Amino acid sequence: MKLDITKVPAIIDRHPRKASSLIMILQDIQKEYNYLPSEALHKTAEALDVPMSKVYSVATFYNAFSLKPRGEKVIRVCVGTACHIRGSRQIQEQFEHHLKIKPGETTPDMKYSLEVVGCVGACAMAPVVMINDKYYGTVKANRIKQLVGKG
Amino acid sequence: MQISTPKQLKELQQKFQDKDNKLVKKIIVCHGPGCLASGAEKIFEEFQQVLSKKKIKGVTLEALKKTGCHGLCEKAPLVAIEPAGILYTRVKPRLVEDIIEKTVKNDEVIPELLYQDPETKKRVEKYRDIKFYSHQTRIALRNLGHINTADIEDFIRVGGYQAMAKAITKMTPERIIDEVTKSGLRGRGGGGFSTGRKWATCRKVKDDTHYVICNGDEGDPGAFMDRAIMEGDPHSVLEGMIIAAFAVGARSGYIYVREEYPLAVVNLQIAIEQAREYGLLGESIFGTDFSFDIQINRGAGAFVCGESSALMKSVAGEVGEPRAKYIRSVVKGLYDKPTVLNNVETFANVPVIIDRGAKWFTGIGAPKNSGTKAFSLVGKVRNTGLIEVPMGTSLREIIYDIGGGLIDGRPFKAVQTGGPSGGCLPDSLLDSPVDFDSLTKAGSMMGSGGMIVMDDRTCMVDVAKYFLSFLVSESCGKCNPCREGLYQLYKLAVKVSEGRAEEDDLEKMEKLSDMIIIGSLCGLGKSGPNPFLSTVRYFREEYLAHIKEKKCPAGVCRELIRFEINDKCDGCTACILACAYNAITGKKKEPHVINQDLCTHCGACVTVCTRNAIDVI
Repeated sequence: MKLDITKVPAIIDRHPRKASSLIMILQDIQKEYNYLPSEALHKTAEALDVPMSKVYSVATFYNAFSLKPRGEKVIRVCVGTACHIRGSRQIQEQFEHHLKIKPGETTPDMKYSLEVVGCVGACAMAPVVMINDKYYGTVKANRIKQLVGKG
Repeated sequence: MQISTPKQLKELQQKFQDKDNKLVKKIIVCHGPGCLASGAEKIFEEFQQVLSKKKIKGVTLEALKKTGCHGLCEKAPLVAIEPAGILYTRVKPRLVEDIIEKTVKNDEVIPELLYQDPETKKRVEKYRDIKFYSHQTRIALRNLGHINTADIEDFIRVGGYQAMAKAITKMTPERIIDEVTKSGLRGRGGGGFSTGRKWATCRKVKDDTHYVICNGDEGDPGAFMDRAIMEGDPHSVLEGMIIAAFAVGARSGYIYVREEYPLAVVNLQIAIEQAREYGLLGESIFGTDFSFDIQINRGAGAFVCGESSALMKSVAGEVGEPRAKYIRSVVKGLYDKPTVLNNVETFANVPVIIDRGAKWFTGIGAPKNSGTKAFSLVGKVRNTGLIEVPMGTSLREIIYDIGGGLIDGRPFKAVQTGGPSGGCLPDSLLDSPVDFDSLTKAGSMMGSGGMIVMDDRTCMVDVAKYFLSFLVSESCGKCNPCREGLYQLYKLAVKVSEGRAEEDDLEKMEKLSDMIIIGSLCGLGKSGPNPFLSTVRYFREEYLAHIKEKKCPAGVCRELIRFEINDKCDGCTACILACAYNAITGKKKEPHVINQDLCTHCGACVTVCTRNAIDVI
């Protein structure tokens, strides 16, 4: 599949052409493509007149950015403190077991990506899982298979 | 609609109040973080549908409100019926019709949906009578649960933007700063620095540009107070920022919101646009020469960006690495300009202080710790949720009176405050007051307000290891003591938890901690060893059990435990489904067996077993 990166200039144009727009542009690019395609990074560097090394360092410093394509559904297991002491590690292992991938990886059919996240701020419902933008609270280890189906 | 005078604002408030007074009933569907994770949106939709089908006199769709967090997240999703003050808990979409028919139409209470006191087992009808609420004082969270989220009309109705009008049209910047200083308000993000003094220093710096930044990068795992405020009452944050901007002479402001809070970004953006539309942000506010506007910057998932200088780098589009602060950011901050940075809760307190005065504010709380503090009360406590209490309230009151004690009546072991920079406090400190100074003295810290309650099944070595692994992955890597030091400390903690450590490893860890504290560049490293230091200070015997006896008394550390199924097993298969390693076998209604060769000791089976049929050995 050829990647259509013709949308990148329009995304860049939504922001002031200043170096300070870099993170926001990368966020919008990732929103569009679900990851940061290399061509898009080059185009951003050119448009903002910042060196590619800087674009790359920002893209790799922040956890939210991915240089690899991610799956249709991004499953984020919260591993915040409240979730940790209520068993998030087991939840994470269940997902690894069912999807046969580790955090940071994507299933070969590009359907699911698994990620762990520091805290999603729904601590009262620990342990919490986010599938794309939807929250699932008080997740039980024996319900993961069902949750994967739902997602 | 542009508001150009305080009088106009008052008239608008009257108009919105009149409109609100016409509502005979209000159905309030909580949209706080806990309720959203429990399906609040579906319940709201169901109410919309049923209400538009049924015709009830005086109750239109306008009666339906979508508010911020009510706090009692444990019982989510929550629905409140006003003016009766009834709180329904664990509401399901199929119950909506019943609620409308019985309670809204016929004023009949549905007892099964009321909160049940865990001790007296009595159902509590009025939600002000629920112990969880009666011990609280809400200032920063004052509007949550009462007004629509991101709705400027509702905000103005309850007196919103009046403090800002007073500040801009009746007070000088110096008087505002003086009032905030006298109120004793200290930064709610964790540092506890005097807000008024920060503003005063910033104002004094002669420069053509000053900035105001709101730190909404609530990175401490286990904390969600700021998320609840930004989502549920974004206008309060804007109002506080506008007052700060007027006081220090700033024309631009930024709100830095963490990436994990998409709804906070949406609601803040709506609020900013509404405020611009009403002339409360933009040029010549209230017809004065004061102009101010706010922009939102989304974080991109880096804990270190909660640190002020790293955050400012991130706003400027750069890698979020902190700098050495020989010159503080109030003097040289964003783009090297004088910058005031306060967190969400701090800003939410400001309008109330301006409105009611410093004297009123200092009347609440403890000496040198005036006002209240919001906490997310979570972990192994019965009533998990969002709370706000006067400073100086004891841990016991928070955990037992508000929190209702521990889940399943298990013994209390520790409470963790201050996030990865904080520590774990044991039961001997339960009666100590919760304020900035007392917590620091006890070896923890206030932090932004995460309060995680732990029971006897939480291992303190595991907790320390958990925080260290978090910090290792979040260290920006700029300075060596933090990057390498925390990593070595983490490796030693792993050694302890796996039963491979010697006794002198603890001393090594303590020495290493000293080095990290002295040598690190920013707060992340400087406070990084705290979770270890506080646990080893109060729970040394637990460390020694791992080291000498090769045992994990709490039954958590995998290398030191194993699981066995006892004769209470009724063969429900829940544990079979929960095991990711296919280590449990057995037929339905027949006792199950764990294959010790395949078992990784993760404990997932224990979390789903309802019969206590799995022993930790």
